[in-house]
Amino acid sequence: MQFAPAYHLILEGILILWIIRLLFSKTYKLQERSDLTEKEKEELIEEWQPEPLVPLVSKDHPSLNYDVVTGPPSHRIIVNGKECINFASFNFLGLLDSERVKLKALSSLKKYGVGTCGPRGFYGTFDVHLELEERLAKFMRTEEAIIYSYGFATIASAIPAYSKRGDIVFVDEAACFSIQKGLQASRSFVKYFKHNDMEDLERLLKEQEIEDQKNPRKAKVIRRFIVVEGLYINTADLCPLPELVKLKYKYKVRIFLEESMSFGVLGEHGRGVTEHFGVNIDDIDLISANMENALASIGGFCCGRSFVIDHQRLSGQGYCFSASLPPMLASAAIEALNIMEEDPGVFRVLRDKCKHVHKALQGTPGLKVAGEPLAPALHLQLENSTGSRTNDLKLLRAIVDYVRYNSRSQITMCVLSIRVVVTVEQTQEEIEKAAQCIREAAVKILK
Amino acid sequence: RSMSLITCCYSLHMNPPPQNHHASCTSLYKKPFVESFEETPLLVAVLTYIGYGILTIFGYLRDFLRDWKFEKCHLAREREEQKDFVPLYQDFENFYTRNLYMRIRDNWNRPIRSVPGAKMDLVERVTPDYNWTFEHTGKVLKDVINMGSYNYLGFAENTGTCADAASECTVKYGVGVCSSRQETGNLDKHEELEKLVARFLGVESSMVFGMGFATNSMNIPALMGKGCLILSDELNHVSLVLGARLSGATIRVFKHNNMQSLEKLLWDAIVHGQPRTHRPWKKILILVEGIYSMEGSIVRLPEIIVLKKKYKAYLYLDEAHSIGALGPRGRGVVDYFGLDPCDVDIMMGTFTKSFGAAGGYIGGKKDLVDYLRLHSHSAVYATSMSPPITQQIITSMKCIMGEDGTTLGQERLCQLSENTTYFRRRLHEMGFIIYGNNDSPVVPLMLYMPAKIGAFGREMLKRNIGTVVVGFPATPIIESRARFCVSAAHTREMLDTALNAISEVGDLLQLKYSRKNRHGSEGTDLFSYLESHQD
Repeated sequence: MQFAPAYHLILEGILILWIIRLLFSKTYKLQERSDLTEKEKEELIEEWQPEPLVPLVSKDHPSLNYDVVTGPPSHRIIVNGKECINFASFNFLGLLDSERVKLKALSSLKKYGVGTCGPRGFYGTFDVHLELEERLAKFMRTEEAIIYSYGFATIASAIPAYSKRGDIVFVDEAACFSIQKGLQASRSFVKYFKHNDMEDLERLLKEQEIEDQKNPRKAKVIRRFIVVEGLYINTADLCPLPELVKLKYKYKVRIFLEESMSFGVLGEHGRGVTEHFGVNIDDIDLISANMENALASIGGFCCGRSFVIDHQRLSGQGYCFSASLPPMLASAAIEALNIMEEDPGVFRVLRDKCKHVHKALQGTPGLKVAGEPLAPALHLQLENSTGSRTNDLKLLRAIVDYVRYNSRSQITMCVLSIRVVVTVEQTQEEIEKAAQCIREAAVKILK
Repeated sequence: RSMSLITCCYSLHMNPPPQNHHASCTSLYKKPFVESFEETPLLVAVLTYIGYGILTIFGYLRDFLRDWKFEKCHLAREREEQKDFVPLYQDFENFYTRNLYMRIRDNWNRPIRSVPGAKMDLVERVTPDYNWTFEHTGKVLKDVINMGSYNYLGFAENTGTCADAASECTVKYGVGVCSSRQETGNLDKHEELEKLVARFLGVESSMVFGMGFATNSMNIPALMGKGCLILSDELNHVSLVLGARLSGATIRVFKHNNMQSLEKLLWDAIVHGQPRTHRPWKKILILVEGIYSMEGSIVRLPEIIVLKKKYKAYLYLDEAHSIGALGPRGRGVVDYFGLDPCDVDIMMGTFTKSFGAAGGYIGGKKDLVDYLRLHSHSAVYATSMSPPITQQIITSMKCIMGEDGTTLGQERLCQLSENTTYFRRRLHEMGFIIYGNNDSPVVPLMLYMPAKIGAFGREMLKRNIGTVVVGFPATPIIESRARFCVSAAHTREMLDTALNAISEVGDLLQLKYSRKNRHGSEGTDLFSYLESHQD
């Protein structure tokens, strides 16, 4: 009995010494390969050959040599030396060669010079930027707007400013490339739902709800967003905005709407898809659009409530770390906005022309028209694919070249379809002629 | 970091492993490479931390008062209908913005209403509620000396050949393009510009893009992918970091401008291969900038090229600030060191700073540029550059190259170089701590303490000089600074006015921290050597 305590003491003493040793021992890296000699390491360095920086590109790749446009890409465009009617540039309201816009840009050039030489935070904010932001906010009837100097960077900087790692974003499958880049930069969980399929989206939202109930504390901090486009650039159809708003309130998700194609096109006054459907604009958390389509300038903007937009002034990467929009381009955008506000009739003209073109292109043998009658950029897709992507592309390109050569109408390729753009400047005859030629081309090449 | 006169030396017969290399006298640098980053004085560091501590405590106090409605809350609030949604912002994310940034917010986003040249007109703003909202009084502060805009060669002007050419182009082409490069957005002007840029840089071919930021973030993913390694400098710009992240490659960071750190990373990468699988890397890319805009340091290009050739890595050089601003002929950092442009695989730069326009370019071998024409996201999805901007770049570039028949370009390059040396010498003599290389037109002046950030900006504006002050998170938390950008458009008188004002404010705010021997022979000899060797 008396020996038991000594026994204990010794055992406990050893245990304490062991613990102290473990506490003070250094950690060691497991990945250090200590089995290579210096000579072997040198040999590895000698032998290592990197891949070439870029893989070889064949000299006769069709997209390698761009078509050269001489002069402005306006209604009558000179492509590779030939004058054509422009069915390819997104100049929906024909503001690209408006004299008023050019004069305003000139006067701005004479006052401010060309570049801004700095980001918005460091003497790159001009009074024209502030004016343009106010005008856009007033036009869209929101509290605040923020301008970016490049259309692509607008939504690609806006999404990562709000959605971070761990947040969930529900995106339509047909979302455009800049949205995809924004999502990639945000590192959030991205869940794609089938194009314009509200049931699929609801299914995903319900699944997420079930997940949330398993872990309510985590669910309280994960932000959720739905990102959709007003008019999809890839498929030329509308998103069902009223249903989306209903889903928003039912599942407590915020909506980001990308309106590059529908700003200045849809709605009675050109305010976009919210006006078209009569949805209250405050229900949409963020509307983003670029000014490179209807407004015929360069850049992009986001608008919404100050609570949402003001955050981007410090955390939108394309806003804080990039030079601001050249003031002459901002002045051109303001003048374009003036023209849009003065004459709201132009939107009805554009819509009529869109319907006309849509009808004229129906019944083209071998090609089907994809897109709403209201969409100003229609897609013509092959009805029967040849099976190989390269062959499909060759056929489509042959049609484009034929149409350009024979009817002097310039249309372009877009991924796996032909895109036909409608602008207010196209006349009835020009549209008929182009449609006729496309039909001829389809018959000849696709038979 | 301590002051050292580095007359560089790098041994070409290095002993691996890289820990024990020794400098031999083989000089890779044709002229002295002098950079200094004086250490923060201990007392100043302690006071700075105390300052931030006090601000944080007050921040918590004010948040408490705002939550309990003792103080009026100016922040925008969520909609009533969306109150039960998950909050869009976490409170602590915006703590810094609400409580520290708001106090000195009037130093940034100052609106101007003239050309951002050597002198500018600022719109006067007042704030009735401590920077939460601003009102424009309608008055204009005229002829404020501009030490903040990136106008290195003075091409931000509304008169002269550049402006006239851009006006003509606007009348002929309009302002917008409405299409991407691959579709109908490729104008003849773009082709002309690309050939000119290739000639300017001395490379085979080049491609231009509409935005400098987007040039990095859209082209690095086209070149690098999974299985590649990107070695990026610690202080690289956000666009480079974003491009590297979007590419999906593995990123490793080396210490700023530190060649030993870079070599160790290269060594480890090739010897050990990819993590866990140990497969060899497909490609290794070194990502550096010409001039780092927050530090004012110039990249050690000769040493990097030696390393790159030894380890067969590729080099991506971002010359956003250095193109047009460095080098006897204005061709950037490659020209400054007298190296061969073919050694740099990918030369990238922007037109915003020295050319007074907007946009970016990438130059290199023809294969590289052909590949980018096909696979760059910008060519397929983003709009091309606006025509008057393109014309401005063409005119200013021809001017710098001397092809417009005048010597204006060469004069401006010399003026910039002289201005830089003079400005740095005077600031150094006054006793301020200045970071960076002696030849870099970007001059960071250390402020350290948070209160001095706001005070410096405001005091300089009172003396009619517009400066840029930067704090956390663009810089490390105790190293806030004021950053001056010297321009060729600044005359000696303007610089003297600015320097006198800086000295006055420096005395007022006790900013002259430098403990180096300012009046000693070593310092003046070096500066006078540099000044007398201006070509």
